[in-house]
Amino acid sequence: MAAKSKAIVINEKDNVATAIMPMKAGSAVSLVVQGRTEKVKLLSPIPMGHKFALRDIEQGTDVVKYGEPIGKTTARIARGEHVHVHNVISHRGRKEAA
Amino acid sequence: MEFQGYRRANGKVGVRNHVLVIPSVVCSQGAAEAITRNVKGAVYLPNVFGCAQVGADREQTKRTLVGFGTNPNIFSVLVVGNGCENLPAKEVAEAIAPSKKRLEYIEIQEVGGTKKTIAKGRKIVKEMLAEAAALPREPIPLSELILATECGGSDYTSGLASNPALGAASDLLVQAGGTVILSETTELIGAEHLLARRAKSPEIGRQVLDLIAWWEKEAIATGQDIRGANPAPGNIAGGITTIEEKSLGCIYKGGTTTLEEVVKYAFPATKKGLILMDTPGHDIDQLTGMMAGGAQIAVFTTGRGTPTGSPIAPVIKISGNAETCRKMKDNIDLCVSQVLQGKETVKEAGKRVFDEVVAVASGKLSKAEKLGQRDFCIFKIGLNF
Repeated sequence: MAAKSKAIVINEKDNVATAIMPMKAGSAVSLVVQGRTEKVKLLSPIPMGHKFALRDIEQGTDVVKYGEPIGKTTARIARGEHVHVHNVISHRGRKEAA
Repeated sequence: MEFQGYRRANGKVGVRNHVLVIPSVVCSQGAAEAITRNVKGAVYLPNVFGCAQVGADREQTKRTLVGFGTNPNIFSVLVVGNGCENLPAKEVAEAIAPSKKRLEYIEIQEVGGTKKTIAKGRKIVKEMLAEAAALPREPIPLSELILATECGGSDYTSGLASNPALGAASDLLVQAGGTVILSETTELIGAEHLLARRAKSPEIGRQVLDLIAWWEKEAIATGQDIRGANPAPGNIAGGITTIEEKSLGCIYKGGTTTLEEVVKYAFPATKKGLILMDTPGHDIDQLTGMMAGGAQIAVFTTGRGTPTGSPIAPVIKISGNAETCRKMKDNIDLCVSQVLQGKETVKEAGKRVFDEVVAVASGKLSKAEKLGQRDFCIFKIGLNF
C-alpha cells in the first residue's frame, strides 16, 4: 500500500481503485500498482471510499477488487469513471442470477 | 503469554465475573430487569421469546439462553420464569447445571406476584454478588480465550484497514493457541471459495460452501433481492457496491489460519483455532450467537460507527475511518485509520488490536461497557404459535 496516495489498488488483478479522499472530475491521480506508477484522469467526481476504473471495462464483464470478481458491469465503463451501483450489479443473491 | 481471568469450577475461564438474571420468557423480562436495576455486577437478558415456540425454534431460544448462563464470564445465574410458559425456568436452569455454577430459579406465579419476585430475586442476586466478589483474577494462558469477531456499519475502510488489522490480531491469538470465531454467513457470499480453500478437510470446506448456498437460496426464495438488505444503504453510501465486495472485505477479520470447524448458531466450538459459526449478517443476532457459543470477548470493526455491546462480555470497537473515530469517540476503542495513509502497517495495527484484547480480557473496560450498552437478540427461526 503506497504512502500518501489518494487512491489504493489492493491487488494486481484489480481493474478498479478505491479513493481514500474525495476527488474532482478532471483531476489526475497517480497510483502505485505493483511498484509501477500509473496516472489515471478522472471522468467523474469520486466520493471518498468509492471506486473508479483503472482501465476500460466492457459491458457484462467482471469488476475485480481484492483480486476477486465483485460483480459485473451493466454498461461499458471507461478508464477514470466512477464504478458503483449505477453501473455494476452483483453476481450473487439475485433472483435473475439464479 | 497470559491474561488475568476468572477460573471456573468446570475449568473454563471468564474475562468478567457477572451475576446473570435470565428471564426464560418475555413475561418475566420486566421482573428480571427490576431485579438487576442499579445492582452493580448483575446483568439481565432482554429476552423477548420463550413461549408459544415449537421444534427447532424453541430449541434455538433455549440453547441461546443456556449458552449465556453457561458462558464462563458468568459467576452464577438466576432464572426467572412466569410459570405457564413453554420454556420453563426450571428447564433452562437444569440445562445450565453442568457448568457447575450456583443456580437458582424462581417463578412469578409461584412466588406470588411481581413485587415479591423482585424482592426475592434481589436477595438471591446480592448473595451471589458477595460470593462473586471473593473470586480473584489469576494468570491464564491465552489459549483459553475465545474471541468473537464481527463487522458492522461497514464502509470502504472496513476492507482496507480495520478488518485486515483484526485479521492480524486473530492470527496472533490462534498462534497463541486461542480460538477465533468468524460468523455472519450471508457476508461470506462471494468470498466463500477463499475460506473453503483454507478448511482443515474437504468435508469442512464442503460445509462452508453448502451453508452459503443455503443462505443465498433462502434470500432468493423470498422473491426479493438480498441487495435490499445487504449491502445496507449506509454500506452503499460508504462506497461498497455489492455483497461480494462487502464479503471480500469482511473475511479478512478471521485472519489467514486454517478453518478448523463449522458450528451451528449458538453451539460451542469443540476445536481451538479458527471456527465459523453459521449466523445471519444481523449484528446483534450474530454477537448473541457467538456469546452463547462461549466467546468471552468480541472485537467489532466498523466504518460508519456502531454502539453495539453485550450484556455479558466486552465488545471492543475498532475503526479505520478517521472521521468516525473522531465523531464517535465515545464508542470507538481503537482507531486504525493510519493504515490507509500507509503510516502504520496492517501488522502493526493488528498488534495494537491484539494488545487491546489482552488488556480488556484482563479487566480494562471497553467503551461499550462504560456506556452500559447491552444488546441481545436471538436469531429467530420459526413462528410463534
